[in-house]
Amino acid sequence: MNTEQRLRLATVWLSGCSGCHMAFLDLDAWLLELAAWAEVVYSPVASDRKVYPDDVDVALVEGAVANDDNLALLLQVRQRTRVLVSFGDCAIHTNVSGLRNPLGAAEAVLQRSYLQLADGSGQCPHAPGLLPALRTPVLPLHALVPVDVYLPGCPPDPARIRAVLEALRRGERPRP
Amino acid sequence: MNVCSLRIDDRALTVAAGTSLLLAARRAGIVIPSLCHLDGLTPVGACRLCLVEVDTAGPLAACVTAAAEGMRVRTDTPLLRDIRRSLVEMLFSEGNHTCAVCIADGDCELQTMALRVGMDHNRLPGRFPSRTVDLSHPLFGLDHNRCILCTRCVRVCDEVEGAHVWDVGWRGERCRIIAGLDQPWGAVDSCSHCGKCVEVCPTGALFHKGSCGGDHPSHPERLAALLRGRRRQEGPP
Repeated sequence: MNTEQRLRLATVWLSGCSGCHMAFLDLDAWLLELAAWAEVVYSPVASDRKVYPDDVDVALVEGAVANDDNLALLLQVRQRTRVLVSFGDCAIHTNVSGLRNPLGAAEAVLQRSYLQLADGSGQCPHAPGLLPALRTPVLPLHALVPVDVYLPGCPPDPARIRAVLEALRRGERPRP
Repeated sequence: MNVCSLRIDDRALTVAAGTSLLLAARRAGIVIPSLCHLDGLTPVGACRLCLVEVDTAGPLAACVTAAAEGMRVRTDTPLLRDIRRSLVEMLFSEGNHTCAVCIADGDCELQTMALRVGMDHNRLPGRFPSRTVDLSHPLFGLDHNRCILCTRCVRVCDEVEGAHVWDVGWRGERCRIIAGLDQPWGAVDSCSHCGKCVEVCPTGALFHKGSCGGDHPSHPERLAALLRGRRRQEGPP
């Protein structure tokens, strides 16, 4: 990891509610301190970049893998990142994103959401190439790629996020 | 009184013959992890978390193993730590445990145990079984997704309340708690609505219908208080 230069930090949002990112933003004034030693190179809340860059030191990855876009981005992140942090309960245990797993195929959830509960004019979304296909079952990150650090919580406590980032800055791998 | 002397984690102690290793260790100030054990109920060795290494045999469940003269017991070794984490991971894989939407979040013995054994993620794949929720009882609910089959409810209803509403039905992956030989809970006349099963449930499987997230009135310690009170009423032994 770079010690001389600023740490190249990314945050990634897969299938989750963005609550983990909100907890990250709850670090408030400490984010200014973070900015002094870390450069946010990719993030839905702190960067405009659309393509995941190369040579990332640390990535906080929120959310489970529930569709094809999630999987493609996760594989890219793993390839281009030194330390991949499974960020929050959806990433680690699928959590709310995985509630549909016992129901079998994703079709059951689509039917329920878009047809059964609709007011009569409902239709299932179908736009291949535009909407990513849902995957079954929803999986945690470590079921698909090697994960370096687990940062649990729904959402993780901001103080815990800070403790993990500070440990990674010192070159440590935080463990429970 | 017959007594025996043994060593638990290099601490020498003397206990009454027949004392379980779990209670003997507790007297020495050592708390062995467990989920199915509850003071006041017959031990059954269902969860296996209290496994200890005994010099004369392989790992044994401390709650159902009696202390014996000269025994040497280890309660915390790398092997036992690995077994305990794997057991908790198997419990999580076997059911559908989603803490964020569970009534017991923050007050759950399974969740606390996961922290204690260092389970920062589950190395085993989830099975995501299709399980049901029984809401037929006017006061209480049973969510089979969260049940770890510790059988505390079965034992407290039979041994303390004397109603014997609960049993364990079926086998293997279909194994589940059943009311009144597999009726909806609300249709079982022998249920006295006492709520003891709800109070001793270590997870959010049994719950009060009126409560919602983070409002889980589980009080396993009340059972011990109740039994102490009954003994006093019955007079000195």
